[in-house]
Amino acid sequence: MKLKIVISRIIPYLLLILFTLPIIIGYVWILISTFSTRTYGLLPVDKDGKFGGFTLSNWSFLFEPEIWIVTFNTLILALGLTIGVVIVSMMAGYALSRIKFPGRKAFLSLTLILHAFPTVTLLIAIYFVLRWIALIPVLGRNIPIIGGFGYNTLGGVILVSIAIQLPLGIWLMKGFFDEVSWDMERAALIDGCSRFRTWWDVMLPQIKPGIAALSIFSFIQGWGSFIIPYTYMVNASRATVATYLNNLLSETAPTNYSMLASVGLFQLLPVLIFYIFTQKYLLSIFAGGVKGAA
Amino acid sequence: MKVNLMNLTKKFGPVTAVERINLDIKDGEFVAFLGPSGCGKTTTLLMVAGIYKPSEGDIFFDGQQVNNFPPKDRDIGMVFQSYALYPHMSVFQNLSYPLLLKKRPKDEMKIEAQRIADMMGIGGLLKRKPGQLSGGQQQRVALGRALIKKPKLLLFDEPLSNLDARLRISMRGEIKKLQKDLGITSIYVTHDQIEALTMADRIAVIKDGILQAYTDPENLHDRPNTLFIAEFIGNPPMNLFDVEIQSEGGKLFANPGDGLKLAIPDSRKPKKTVKGRVRMGIRPQNIHIDSKEGFDTRVFLVEPMGRDDLIVCKVGNTDVHFLVDPIMRLKMEDSIKLKFDMEKSQFFDTETELSLLWG
Ligand SMILES: Nc1ncnc2c1ncn2[C@@H]1O[C@H](COP(=O)(O)OP(=O)(O)OP(=O)(O)O)[C@@H](O)[C@H]1O
Ligand SMILES: [Mg+2]
Repeated sequence: MKLKIVISRIIPYLLLILFTLPIIIGYVWILISTFSTRTYGLLPVDKDGKFGGFTLSNWSFLFEPEIWIVTFNTLILALGLTIGVVIVSMMAGYALSRIKFPGRKAFLSLTLILHAFPTVTLLIAIYFVLRWIALIPVLGRNIPIIGGFGYNTLGGVILVSIAIQLPLGIWLMKGFFDEVSWDMERAALIDGCSRFRTWWDVMLPQIKPGIAALSIFSFIQGWGSFIIPYTYMVNASRATVATYLNNLLSETAPTNYSMLASVGLFQLLPVLIFYIFTQKYLLSIFAGGVKGAA
Repeated sequence: MKVNLMNLTKKFGPVTAVERINLDIKDGEFVAFLGPSGCGKTTTLLMVAGIYKPSEGDIFFDGQQVNNFPPKDRDIGMVFQSYALYPHMSVFQNLSYPLLLKKRPKDEMKIEAQRIADMMGIGGLLKRKPGQLSGGQQQRVALGRALIKKPKLLLFDEPLSNLDARLRISMRGEIKKLQKDLGITSIYVTHDQIEALTMADRIAVIKDGILQAYTDPENLHDRPNTLFIAEFIGNPPMNLFDVEIQSEGGKLFANPGDGLKLAIPDSRKPKKTVKGRVRMGIRPQNIHIDSKEGFDTRVFLVEPMGRDDLIVCKVGNTDVHFLVDPIMRLKMEDSIKLKFDMEKSQFFDTETELSLLWG
């Protein structure tokens, strides 16, 4: 009898371990290979194939200016995406949750469909849009730091990323706003708030966990995004960490896997650290999101 | 401030929540909106507050039409059933928020918040967050927040229904006293008739979005103008019988069943001459045990209610409820003699359900 219980407890764990093992081994490999000349399976080896060959040379990319350019770009992309998505979602989510206006239902289902739409299918259409934006004076390609909002600018990439992230953000924020009591909002209006002040002073503080979750989620999304910067930035090696990584993979022959792993780890580290401190908020995305969809 | 509602109507799509309500509230008056759940009390209140726009009709404050005024320009305070405090703000911030929005100086906010808090008996709790207060304390904060800007009109939406029975009774008295002392015109929504009857100067009874009666508690209780009011007001509810009114030698009699013939006193003679069946009502308080003049019946059921025992007897095929002193120790199947105090009887038309006594 007891044995049965023990077995029924152990089996799920065994299954979980079995399925997660390849991923864990992958991470372990990355860690080991960044400090080795070569690897043989999980074993670090030197040129002659003997155990050893520890080196820091894989991290030499840190001394090239390019990596810092792409890191800076990636940071700007992630921050720009986060700020854009959060601000628009906070307002749109509020409107969709609280205000009756014609087309509200249609808008909600449309954003849901957009969310399900694969990004890749839009790439060409968006390309033309960005080309067109690039023609606009100043806005197109003459803004410091982000370059502009047209084709082959960081701002253009941010704009597209925001657009693609927005449906999720709006639904999420709507879900969180739906949970806030109407009475509280009415009390604020009667106490003398304008609609905007109510939103800012009374509603937003109630959905702080949602805002935090969406911020973190968007930041991580922006930090790791590849396909959009890869498509709309001409010089991939000077775009973001992800495209830089891809560049290493395709342009250096033979591919230096250890260096690739180092850059990969370099990209991963901030996200991992970020995640450890913020996972509590990320979890609330799922709680709030599920309720919001109902 | 005087408040007038004229043909006030609110439709939510196909649903008419409030239909053509006409009401006038005098300056300083305390009016209760009483009615069953879903009858449109909150909807009416929110239209007065400016949260909902009326579909039709007008709202006047001191003679001025305020239909299109936003809530903040209406000079009102409101207390909600859910308290609706701002959980991220301290009690002090909650209380002083209306003043902050009026851009009053910091010092004034401090003084006023302390004064209101002391008045509400929560002076020592200013630093706490609403989540750290009991329900009763939270409701006091909500009341204080509604009062702090000295509004001309106070709106209450079932403010006491989340409190326990004892606290509810004491808060009832406090709110009433506060309202009288400050002289602020008030509308108080409730589905608890005791609350309405004890607190209000006048009661507006609403059913299915339609105003059924608007009068003072005594009139409502003693002179109900419709069958609905008669049944709805009073606890335990009024006993109702199908009776035939017969005239014999210039006197009128009602026959509730079992061959009984009850003489109708002159004061309760139906205004119109009625032929055939009518509804007769008599309150439990107006039925007594009378061993001399009463008619015979048996105790069918005894329900102890604390101060009184509620007795159920059968007259014809109608259950008759009335109250007796528990000292009498009545048991089921006991034989008793009952007397109806016909001076307190009510009569209603079976078809229109309107009172035959009070037009
Ligand atoms: N925003 C709304 N949209 C659609 N229908 C509504 C809305 N608000 C209220 N109603 C409907 O209008 C009617 C009256 O509602 P209201 O909230 O005024 O009732 P109430 O008298 O306050 O009831 P309770 O005592 O339960 O609070 C109900 O049938 C309700 O379903
Ligand atoms: Mg209500």
